[in-house]
Amino acid sequence: MDFTFTEEQIQIRNSLRRFLAETYTLDRRRAIARSGTGCDPEVWRQLAELGILGLWIPEELGGIGGSAFDAMVVMEELGRALVIEPYLSSAVVGAGILVRAGNTAQQRLLRDITSGAVRIAFAHGEPHSRWELDAVATRAVRQGASWVLRGRKVMVTDGVGADFLVVSARTAAGHSLFLVPGASAGTTRTALMTHDGSSVAEIDFDGARLPADALIGAEGGGSPLIEAASDAAVAGLCAEAVGAMDALLALTLTYVKSRRQFGVPIGSFQALQHRMADMLLHAELARSMSYLATAKLAVSDEMERRRAMSAAKFLVGRSARFVGQEAVQLHGGMGVSDELATSHYFKRLRLIDASFGDRDHHLERFGTVMTAA
Amino acid sequence: MDLNFSPEEDRFRNEVRAFVVAELPHAIRDKVLGHKRLDREDYLTWVRILNTRGWVAPSWPRRFGGQEWDPARELIFEEECALAGAPPVLSFGPRMVAPVIMTFGNQAQQEYFLPRILNGEHWWCQGYSEPGAGSDLASLKTRAERRGDAYIVNGQKTWITLAQHANWIFCLVRTSTEGRPQMGISFLLIDMKTPGITVRPIFMLDGEHEINEVWFDEVEVPVANRIGEENKGWTYAKFLLGHERVSNAALGPSKRALRELKAIAAAAPTGSGLPLIEMPRFRDRIAEVEIDLIALEVMALRVIAMDRERHTPGPEASLLKLQGSQIQQTISELAMEALGPYAALHQPQALAPDWNGSVAGPPEGIGITARYLNCRKVSIYAGSNEIQRNIIARHMLGL
Repeated sequence: MDFTFTEEQIQIRNSLRRFLAETYTLDRRRAIARSGTGCDPEVWRQLAELGILGLWIPEELGGIGGSAFDAMVVMEELGRALVIEPYLSSAVVGAGILVRAGNTAQQRLLRDITSGAVRIAFAHGEPHSRWELDAVATRAVRQGASWVLRGRKVMVTDGVGADFLVVSARTAAGHSLFLVPGASAGTTRTALMTHDGSSVAEIDFDGARLPADALIGAEGGGSPLIEAASDAAVAGLCAEAVGAMDALLALTLTYVKSRRQFGVPIGSFQALQHRMADMLLHAELARSMSYLATAKLAVSDEMERRRAMSAAKFLVGRSARFVGQEAVQLHGGMGVSDELATSHYFKRLRLIDASFGDRDHHLERFGTVMTAA
Repeated sequence: MDLNFSPEEDRFRNEVRAFVVAELPHAIRDKVLGHKRLDREDYLTWVRILNTRGWVAPSWPRRFGGQEWDPARELIFEEECALAGAPPVLSFGPRMVAPVIMTFGNQAQQEYFLPRILNGEHWWCQGYSEPGAGSDLASLKTRAERRGDAYIVNGQKTWITLAQHANWIFCLVRTSTEGRPQMGISFLLIDMKTPGITVRPIFMLDGEHEINEVWFDEVEVPVANRIGEENKGWTYAKFLLGHERVSNAALGPSKRALRELKAIAAAAPTGSGLPLIEMPRFRDRIAEVEIDLIALEVMALRVIAMDRERHTPGPEASLLKLQGSQIQQTISELAMEALGPYAALHQPQALAPDWNGSVAGPPEGIGITARYLNCRKVSIYAGSNEIQRNIIARHMLGL
C-alpha cells in the first residue's frame, strides 16, 4: 500500500495548477463557453507545451508515456480549474483507443495528438443507447475495398471540433471501430452546447465512405475496446470530479467563514457545519473511489474491473451531485447566480454524473456483477 | 500509488486465517455467526487462545508483550477474525485503558495491569458517561474525595458495556470543581469487587442485557490506582479517544454482515419465483451499501497511510466512524427487511446457546431483527455522529 505521489506527479500537479490558476480564469472560461467551440486553441497549445496531451501515449509512439496515476493527477487539476477543453475526449479516450488497437498509419496520428495539432473524439453514444455500451445501431457495410457508414451518433464531446472521430458501428462480424476524418463526405456534424458550456455534437453518417484501413483493430473486435475506452473515461471523470469537489468545498468554506448574518459568520452555525462535514465525507469517499478506479484500470479480470469501475462511477456521481447541491444551498442566493464559480462547478459536477453512465446505470451494472458472483 | 497489500501482508492474512480456522472452537464460532448470546467464558476462551500467539494486543510495544503490528496488520487481523466468526476482543482493556497505562501510568501500574489484560484475568469496562454527562462528558459529577491514601468515590456511571462481566473499571471522576470543568477530572482504576459498587442492568430495545449502570457509594480507591496526576484525567481521556482508530470503521463486522445479508436475500422468496436479491429494487440497495463499504475500506487504508506519515493520529478517524456506523446500520436494516413479514417476530428464546426448539420464519433470520434494533447504538456510542460532525467541522474544516 502506498498513497504517495511521485516527485514527477507532484511536479505535473504544481505546474498545471499554477498555469491554470494564472490563465484559466472564470472570465476566460466564460469566453470559451460563449464561443461555442468548447476549446480555446491557445489553451490547447499550452496544454501541449506542458506535455500532458501525450500522457496516455507511449514514448515509442511519440507520446510522454505516463502512468494511469499521472493522468489522474492531470484530470484532478482540470476539474479543479473547471476546464472544458476536451482533454478527456482526445488525450485519454481517443488516444487510448489508437494506442491499444490502431494500425501503423493510425498510430502516426498520436504524435499530432501529443503536439496538439490534431484532436480526436469518441463517437459512440446513440439516440437509443442511453449509456449501454453494446447498444450500437450504426452500421458499417463492406462495399468492395470500402466501408459504408450509416447511423447517428449523439452527445459526442468535441464532435465538431475534432479532426478525427473514432466511430463505433456494427458489421457482419459484430461491433467494430473506425477512424473517420471529421470532415468527410456523407458526414453531417451539428454542434450543441451543454449547460456547462462545453461542446457536443450530433453526427449523422449517411453513406460515408471509408477506406478499408479505417478499421481500428479487428473487425468484430470493438466491444473490448469500447469498454476499455469507457473505463478510461470513467476513471478520468472520477478524478475530474474529485478536483472539482475539492475546489467547490474550498469555495464554500471561504464563503461560510466570511458571510455574516445575525452578527456572526454563518459557518458558526451547527446546522451548516454538519452539512459541510457531510460534504467533506462525500468528497473523501469519492477521492478514495477515484484512486480505486485508476488502480483497477489495468486489471485483466473483466468482472473485477467492471465491478470497480461501476462502483467508482456510482459513488463519485452520487458525491458529485451531493457536494454540488449542498454548495449551492450553502451559498444561498449567490449559489444560484451566474456570477460566482459555485454554480459553474455545480453544473460541471452534474454533467460528470451523466457522462459515461449515471448512478442508476452503474448501480445496475455493479448489481449484475454482484449477483453473478 | 499502490492500493494493494504487500505480498508480506497477504502472507500474514493467510497466516491469520489459518490460525483462526484451526483454533477457534466451533461452538463459539457457531454462536457468533448464528447471533446467539455469548457468555463471559466465550470471550475469555478466545482471549486465552489468542494469548498463546501473543495476539490479544498485537499492536502493543514488544516490551509490554505486544508484537508492534502496524495498523494495516491490525486491520487485516480484525477482518479475518470477524469473517471467521470469532468473538470480538473487547477494546476496553487492550485498546483503551492499556495505552493510557503505558503512556501515563507508573511502572508498578504497568507491571501489574498490562499482563493481566493479556491473559484475560482482568476484564475492563469504561466508566465515562453519567446520566447528566453524555456528549458533554466534562460535565461529569461522580466525585472522588481524597482521604489519606485513598479516594472516596460517590456517584453514578451509566451505559457501561458488559460491566456485568468486568472485574475492573477505568473511571473519570471529579476531584476538583475549580476552573473549567475539564481541569478537575482525574483518571482512576477501580477494582469492581470494592465494597460500595453496585452494577444494575439496563435492558436495551432488543431486550438484551448488554449495558449497565454502575453506582459508587463510599467506594475506597487507593491513590496508587490513579493514573498520572490529579486533575489531569481529561488529558489522558482525550489521548485515549485518539486511540479509537480504524477499528471504528467496523470493516470486518460489516463485511461479515454484508455476506450474511446477501445469503438471506438470496434465500428469501418473493412470491414472484425470483429470490429477493434478484429484485432490482432490493438488489440496488444491497449494491449501494456494498459500494459504500468498498469506498470506506479504501478510505480507511488512506487514513492508516496518513497516520503513518505524520506519526500521529488525525481527525480523519471521525470520517471513518461516521460512515462506518451508517453502513453498519444500513446493512442491519436491509437484513431485517429481507425477512419480509417475519422481521416483526421477537423470538429471544432462540438466542440462547442451548436452544433446540423451532423458530417461525427463515432459520437464518434468528437474531437479525434484534441486531437491527441493537445497531442503532453504533451512531450514538464512542462519540455520537453529531459529535463526529462537530470534530470534522472544527478540526478538518476549521469552522
